[in-house]
Amino acid sequence: MRTDYTGGAGPGTQSSDRPIWEAQDTSELDSVTTAPPAGDSIDSDGLRVTSAYISPPRSGRHKAAHKAPRRRDAARKPAPAPPTDAVDPDEPSAEGRHGAGRGSRSRGDLVRMGVRGIGQTLITFGLIVLLFVVYELFITDVLNGQAQQNLTEELEQKWADDPTLGPDLPNGGLSNIPLGDGIAFIRIPAFGVDYVRVVVEGTNAAELSEGPGHYVDTAMPGELGNFALAGHRVSQGAPFLDLDKLLPGDAIVIETADTYFTYRVLGDPETGDFGTDPSGVSGQVVVSPEEVDVINPIPGISDGSVVPTTAYLTLTTCTPKFSAAQRLIIHAELEGPGLPKADYPNGPPAMTEG
Amino acid sequence: MYGWIWRTLPGGRGAKIAGSLVLVLAVSAVLLFYVFPWVEPLLPYNNLTVE
Repeated sequence: MRTDYTGGAGPGTQSSDRPIWEAQDTSELDSVTTAPPAGDSIDSDGLRVTSAYISPPRSGRHKAAHKAPRRRDAARKPAPAPPTDAVDPDEPSAEGRHGAGRGSRSRGDLVRMGVRGIGQTLITFGLIVLLFVVYELFITDVLNGQAQQNLTEELEQKWADDPTLGPDLPNGGLSNIPLGDGIAFIRIPAFGVDYVRVVVEGTNAAELSEGPGHYVDTAMPGELGNFALAGHRVSQGAPFLDLDKLLPGDAIVIETADTYFTYRVLGDPETGDFGTDPSGVSGQVVVSPEEVDVINPIPGISDGSVVPTTAYLTLTTCTPKFSAAQRLIIHAELEGPGLPKADYPNGPPAMTEG
Repeated sequence: MYGWIWRTLPGGRGAKIAGSLVLVLAVSAVLLFYVFPWVEPLLPYNNLTVE
């Protein structure tokens, strides 16, 4: 033991024998692989070392003795000549020690290796989950912004090519618009005058990642019945993030190829009560995900024989935020006839009202 | 695992750090642009339609 310490403490010996990089390597490895049982191995090392050698390499050997990993490395990959030379004198004792030590310390090593492996795995999972949060909160917004940009250009180009092109009215059947195509712009002045999104056809995950989606079997903008949209509350651009802040009377403007349709959230703008519409349709409801009758031609009425006489707009999203437990539903009703875009080059009046 | 990667990376400390950065970025990119978009629809957090 004492010889060992003095040898190890002898400053010059090792650094002169070995290249610096190797010394660094070993010290790093040493702290990781053999620090805890140091007491044990030092004892046995001391004995062993004194019996095997007494001469200068001692210090180096003592150090090397703790470095099973580095030694394996050196054995595996032929190192450049100088380092190999420097290591060589140690090798026999090193191998011997390694072999002899294996029996006594294998269990501790295994446990340590296992614990370290579990720890690293858990840390890795944690980092992946964190990265997923970053993805949800930021990356999907970026991707959605690009998708909206492309959809906007496509839709404007389509309308420029054929100004009379309107969405086909499905008349109760499925629309024939390809899923994922832009069909209209939605503007909600209450969310800011710059709030505009392209509404896409379809409500599968792929479509909803690009923008608010139109339930394919519901009415088209301006049509009698229920023009129903779904949109993300969080992530993917979060088009419907603030749906809960819409108040009775707030405008929702749908722009098609040639027309502005202005819908108003149902309820009493004076009192803020959503439930005052004589039709019985409330401006805002929270339902369970199975209650599909909120997007029926007359919201809440499941009787298909009743012919709708009103043009409704329904927005659906998930609530509460970051949850999929329930659905927040906004019902609105078409205000007056559609306004020809040609007559309102600066947008419909609803966009500029208080 | 991380120790093994560090030891396997070639070069000196600077090169190892650079190599680690490249590895981290590569793994992140694969996760962000391939794995997460694939796994996202399978998770229940984003169901928002009535069905």
